[in-house]
Amino acid sequence: MKKIKIVVIGNGMVGYKFCEKLLSKAKADQFELIVFGEEIRPAYDRVHLSAFFDGKTAEDLSMAGVEWYVNNGIKLHLGDPVQQIDRTKKTIHSYRGITESYDYIVLATGSAAFVPSIPGVEKDGVFVYRTIEDLEMIRDYAPKARKGAVIGGGLLGLEAAKAMLDLGITDTHVIEFAPRLMPRQIDEAGSKLLQGKLETLGLTILTNTNTLEIAGDKAITKMKFANDTSIDVDMLVISAGIKPRDEIAKLCGLEVGQRGGIVVNDQMQTTDPFIFAVGECALYKGMIYGLIAPGYEMAEVVAANLTGGKKEFLGFDMSTKLKLIGVDVASFGDPFVPANEARVIVYEDTNKGIYKRVNISKDGKELLGGILIGDAEQYNMLLQTCKNKIVLPANPEDLILGSRGGESEGGAGVTGLPDDAMICSCESVSKGDICSAVVDGAETVDKIKACTKAGTGCGGCMPMVKDLMVHTMKANGKLVRNVVCEHFAYSRQEIYDLTKMGKLQSYDEVLTAHGKGDGCEVCKPVVASILASLWNDMILKKGNDVVQDSNDRFLANIQKGGTYSVVPRVAGGEITPDKLIALGQVAKEFNLYTKITGGQRIDLFGAHVSDLPAIWKLLIDAGFESGHAYGKALRTVKSCVGSTWCRFGLHDSVSFAIEIEERYRGLRAPHKLKSGVSGCIRECAEAQSKDFGIIATEKGWNLYVCGNGGSKPQHAHLIATDIDSATLIKYLDRFLMFYIKTADPLTRTATWLNKMEGGIDYLKNVILNDSLGIAADLEKEMQSLVDAYKCEWKEVVDNPELQKRFNHFVNAPTEKDPTIQFVEMRDQKKVADWK
Amino acid sequence: MSELKSTKVNWFFACAVEDVPENGGVCVKHGDDQIALFNFTRRGEWYATQNMCPHRQQMAISRGMIGSVEDEPKVACPFHKKTFSLKDGSCLSGDDYQLKTYPVKVEDGKVYIDVK
Repeated sequence: MKKIKIVVIGNGMVGYKFCEKLLSKAKADQFELIVFGEEIRPAYDRVHLSAFFDGKTAEDLSMAGVEWYVNNGIKLHLGDPVQQIDRTKKTIHSYRGITESYDYIVLATGSAAFVPSIPGVEKDGVFVYRTIEDLEMIRDYAPKARKGAVIGGGLLGLEAAKAMLDLGITDTHVIEFAPRLMPRQIDEAGSKLLQGKLETLGLTILTNTNTLEIAGDKAITKMKFANDTSIDVDMLVISAGIKPRDEIAKLCGLEVGQRGGIVVNDQMQTTDPFIFAVGECALYKGMIYGLIAPGYEMAEVVAANLTGGKKEFLGFDMSTKLKLIGVDVASFGDPFVPANEARVIVYEDTNKGIYKRVNISKDGKELLGGILIGDAEQYNMLLQTCKNKIVLPANPEDLILGSRGGESEGGAGVTGLPDDAMICSCESVSKGDICSAVVDGAETVDKIKACTKAGTGCGGCMPMVKDLMVHTMKANGKLVRNVVCEHFAYSRQEIYDLTKMGKLQSYDEVLTAHGKGDGCEVCKPVVASILASLWNDMILKKGNDVVQDSNDRFLANIQKGGTYSVVPRVAGGEITPDKLIALGQVAKEFNLYTKITGGQRIDLFGAHVSDLPAIWKLLIDAGFESGHAYGKALRTVKSCVGSTWCRFGLHDSVSFAIEIEERYRGLRAPHKLKSGVSGCIRECAEAQSKDFGIIATEKGWNLYVCGNGGSKPQHAHLIATDIDSATLIKYLDRFLMFYIKTADPLTRTATWLNKMEGGIDYLKNVILNDSLGIAADLEKEMQSLVDAYKCEWKEVVDNPELQKRFNHFVNAPTEKDPTIQFVEMRDQKKVADWK
Repeated sequence: MSELKSTKVNWFFACAVEDVPENGGVCVKHGDDQIALFNFTRRGEWYATQNMCPHRQQMAISRGMIGSVEDEPKVACPFHKKTFSLKDGSCLSGDDYQLKTYPVKVEDGKVYIDVK
């Protein structure tokens, strides 16, 4: 049988995808594929072009190397655009003089940057943002430029602006002709908020601005605008939209749209049935689809029809989610439904820079579309809810705000989606495809990616893919085990229980009894922490010393350069003048950098490992003890000055903070623990941002738990009010012990609570009402830990055998690491920067 | 000695066996070089690599935790947990780094490193 000969004109993402799809559908030897590309490189990922400035190379961005074409029998001509199509003879002619006959042509010529005819666009320093070559030229020119500008405040324009910032041009203007940024994707309120966010990042944004002239001798120096203003500019990127590459279609008499684009029908056929057009050069029902997912869908339609299938292009949803200069921006469905045709719910937090809008049908049943700026976490669910016309929950605002109060989740999650719900729109992978891949044994995200291609495009669907995987495995009765690592087929909680029941005392015993292999840097500190939480032995006991995390191993915090920092306990932040002087003397003697910590303590930096025992000898003699700043353990209990001095104070918060800190000092936990005690509701100790916080009331104390500062701040929950000190300590014993026994490794109390089934109501029931009947045990276990407390550093200082490990060189114990270097800054030392 | 010379090895006495914690490491000074030496008791094996982690040029490998992945013995740098094969020094966490490795032998309770 004679092969059907297909000439693909254009080797961009969609042209490549067409080849890939055709090969996967065709029988061997059914087709002969010849590809002509204008650029010198084979197709690359233009969507992530900006990654070129984050260090990705042209090769990283490549869709497939030249060998892929060779291996698949595709003849690839690069740097050789087709210049003419002879439709009567059914031949094409290329720039380099190649003539080929064809049975079918697929036009995938894409688009070019649209450059408005402004006087001066030809000057040096004016660029477009389209190909790797453009980016190379921009990169090479940037070091000469100090003031940058971008014409165009759409998706690509903002990408280009980010590239300018990345290239060190911090003074960059974005010039938009329309009254707002991204006018095609988001509404006015959203644009305004986005603009505010971008301005805080250093961009200057000029809307309603029409450029009249690009001025300068040879190179650009100035831009003049219609409103008689101007700015000084050394470098300009024009990103004012795209122009379909339809020249060759026009030349051979195919119908093209008035403003460009090759007219196609539902099968992507042009007005010549033997010629197809796909991607950004195709004009379907008056519309150019400038996104990758519809381009791939068009390629799919042509590949299906050429291999005997029947498939139609039915238009495509233009929903999109992206990160613009670190700001999430998403729009889906119809973002602009006017208020009289829909119910519109808007949530705006100008402080955090979040704007969310959902448009709901008038009967309240259907989600029509919406916009998310600043936080697009719910995008995938909202998109699916919208596309699949899933009936909305009773309080549709929960869709964007999350469920507040009560225990039900907003919406039904991935499980509520129908099987044909499109999860990955880049590769057209449905929920059904993913679930059946999981049933067939793809039980990791990587395997799903490999066999369905889901998530290999923009990657935005990966969280849903993972949820679907876990859900499908659970539904099939497979245990999705939350195991520590390859050496233990148990969760942390299970290892805790097994270790306790077996009365195991060392890591090796635990590994031999319940694990396999030789352990690793994940399970060793987990078991070490469990052993400490269970028995509270000296953590450097032989055999367990080497399984401690690096800070615990040397009872100090390793810092840049390999020196350590030392933080003695200053309970409640209260310190005598004599102790302050002692700290100063130690710091002077060992030449340490000193800084007050956020937890009301003093940190001494830059100690050589071999100096640590001597430093601690002096500190212990001066009455200090370990502050456990190096451990996943109780750190500090911060306090305000309280009723002893403060005219507002209700109780003595300092004394209570000291009592609490001394009770739980040295307590090893799945992660560090911080606390605070405030003497009145003014909350100067910031107790509500701590793992457990205490605030004085007229009648006693209020107890808060599971708060967090850090990267994801979370307000603590009030679980008991107006209680006395003894009750509070009882509740704390139960709370802390329950956390230690049940949390996953390296999980702070806030995250532990967020993952807990039943949430804060459940936790409150366990702690206050003893719903599990374990309160007495928890209190007893805590008391035994409290009784077993010893200062680890005192034990080292008293034990020459333990001190031996505190040397840099085993064969030259008196020598320090000669590679450690310090430089001076503000009259103290700091470590030389690492490369 | 003649046999040692012919295979071009240069055994350097590092320390006594008991100087190295079981399943742990120490740093050995050899001229201006620093060598991380590991006593992998659980496997009954000894390993030596360069002490400097190539990621941030920190003298820290000897303070790293050792273990295994599948059956490959490895060490994790304490700074950013980059892991390296103790057998051939290759980086197991996907970066393009390489540790130099050294042969180790134990005789009469003494540990020697081949520093040729």
